[in-house]
Amino acid sequence: MAGLVDWLTAPQTIFFLTVTMVVFVALQLSAAVMVYAERKVAAFMQQRYGPYLVGPKGLLQPIADIVKLVFKEELKPKAADTLLFAAAPVISAVAAFTAFAPVPFGASTTFFGLLPEPMPLMVADVNVAVLVIFAVTSMGVYGIVLAGWASNSKYALLGGLRSSAQMISYELAYGMALATVVMLAGSLSLREIVDSQSGYWLGFIPKWYVFINPISFLIFATAGVAETNRAPFDFPEAEQELVAGYHTEYSSMRFALFFLAEYINMVTVAAVVTNLYLGGWHGPFIPEAYGWIWFLIKLSVLCFGYLWLRWTLPRFRYDQLMSFGWKLLLPLATVNLLVSAAGVLYFGL
Amino acid sequence: MPIGYYLVLSGLLFTIGAAGVFLRRNLITLLLSVEIMLNAVNLTFVAFGRQFGTVDGQIITFFVMTVAAAEAAVGLALVIALFRHRESLNPEAFTSLKW
Amino acid sequence: MGFDQLLFYVFAGVAVLGSLLVIGQKNPIYSVLAIIVSFFGLSGLYVLLEAPFVAVVQIIIYAGAIMVLFLFTVMLLNVPREDASEWDRAHPYYRPWALRAGAAMAVLMAVQLGWALSRTQGLGTGVADERPAVSSVAELGRVLFTDYMFAFEVTSILIIIAMVGAVVLARKREF
Repeated sequence: MAGLVDWLTAPQTIFFLTVTMVVFVALQLSAAVMVYAERKVAAFMQQRYGPYLVGPKGLLQPIADIVKLVFKEELKPKAADTLLFAAAPVISAVAAFTAFAPVPFGASTTFFGLLPEPMPLMVADVNVAVLVIFAVTSMGVYGIVLAGWASNSKYALLGGLRSSAQMISYELAYGMALATVVMLAGSLSLREIVDSQSGYWLGFIPKWYVFINPISFLIFATAGVAETNRAPFDFPEAEQELVAGYHTEYSSMRFALFFLAEYINMVTVAAVVTNLYLGGWHGPFIPEAYGWIWFLIKLSVLCFGYLWLRWTLPRFRYDQLMSFGWKLLLPLATVNLLVSAAGVLYFGL
Repeated sequence: MPIGYYLVLSGLLFTIGAAGVFLRRNLITLLLSVEIMLNAVNLTFVAFGRQFGTVDGQIITFFVMTVAAAEAAVGLALVIALFRHRESLNPEAFTSLKW
Repeated sequence: MGFDQLLFYVFAGVAVLGSLLVIGQKNPIYSVLAIIVSFFGLSGLYVLLEAPFVAVVQIIIYAGAIMVLFLFTVMLLNVPREDASEWDRAHPYYRPWALRAGAAMAVLMAVQLGWALSRTQGLGTGVADERPAVSSVAELGRVLFTDYMFAFEVTSILIIIAMVGAVVLARKREF
């Protein structure tokens, strides 16, 4: 018993719990910020003002949205499968939060000397981190499929099946691009991948993988956008075709959970792209201990890229989407993998 | 944990899968019970691989998983073809040799 | 008991409970979901056996791909709940003898298992306390591509055959 109390009050445990809490709260805040940013960015791209009534410059709009969603009535279709109908948004949200666990967002720190040894800023330091993220994202597919089935409505079922087929198809190109980076870095652990991108060539070009392998970056980013069901790959939840796809029959807090899961998935994919290709928390002019500031900057740029894509490009039709994933992206990713393997072997990177 | 615990667990899972194959009257649940049996075998392989300190146990596991995936795909395609013909998934409906 | 032992019992319990639900359920969708829960338990056991790569690959391939295939098939065929009573009403004389033969065989196998376990010295030593575990992915890859190269290539051909076969078998025949 004394050993348990000792373990609970050790500085490592307190640090771990603090980091976990910070990540949990930060993900939810980031979803709220993304909601506001999406509406403002969309508005400015369409030459109109976005929300500007609620609070100064509309900054309290996400709070108004959340309050509205909380007070709505919870509806359930009469013939819906109760257990699955309630479980599907929970599965989506849990998978979205868990996928961020192995992602590091800062250098190893002793937190101003309070900790006996430097600990990395992440929730779970596993040495197969890249694969864990992949596995948990595959679990997110189940939330969508079960939501489509449990709603007992044809729009929802079609939307759910299409969406999950799309996610599975793009997981292949996602994995191939991932394998390329793993070959360059020689490790499956995200922390080591980021650490192998520190340093500069010629003194000013950072050693990021996006410069060594830009095609892989483009493939991974495209597959990531398709994985999160965002435009231009959002046919399954297209408003004009399928009412709202797999979350047609959901209202109030269950819909809020799906919404939250989608934005957190976006943030996770952007974070993983930052760590794999853009050097994570390394950057000039800021000391290593505050590297998380660079991480946030790169993350924000990528999230803005997501929003930019949505409001600029028209969406793919479903068969165009599937043929793009299987007939273009997958062969390109395979050829890229072979060329990268040859490069690693020849240049000894 | 002594390796015997892992072997007993694996035997238990294999028995549950075999019981499912005998007792269930639904082709899809039959295939699921076969998957349970394959997983029990995987557990035995990994446990013995750990016992002898070699990596072979884990490697054989990959091949088992791959073969299980291929078998599940072909099995489900057959189930679809059968269902289209007879509108039933009960194995009892396919007992006569006439198609 | 130690933390590792507690984790073993938890994961083993999850795996066994999931498998029992698979064969005890009438609704096929719940069976598929129960087997996924069972796979998570097995994945935890692989982590305890210091094989993290196999654990993650189990989730990616089994729970993430094969079970999605099963779920798609169940949803698209709209598989009905199982009804065993109709066959039983049509064949009233089979059932008691089936139960008796099955019970006799189960007793026989349990006695055999007890006899075999009593002949060994307990349940063995601890899992490889003497030999170190190999859990690095690099070592796994190296052995896979040198010693097991032939099996690897044959497996890739097998997968292609299975893909083509599945598409051909499930096609709608137009005659």
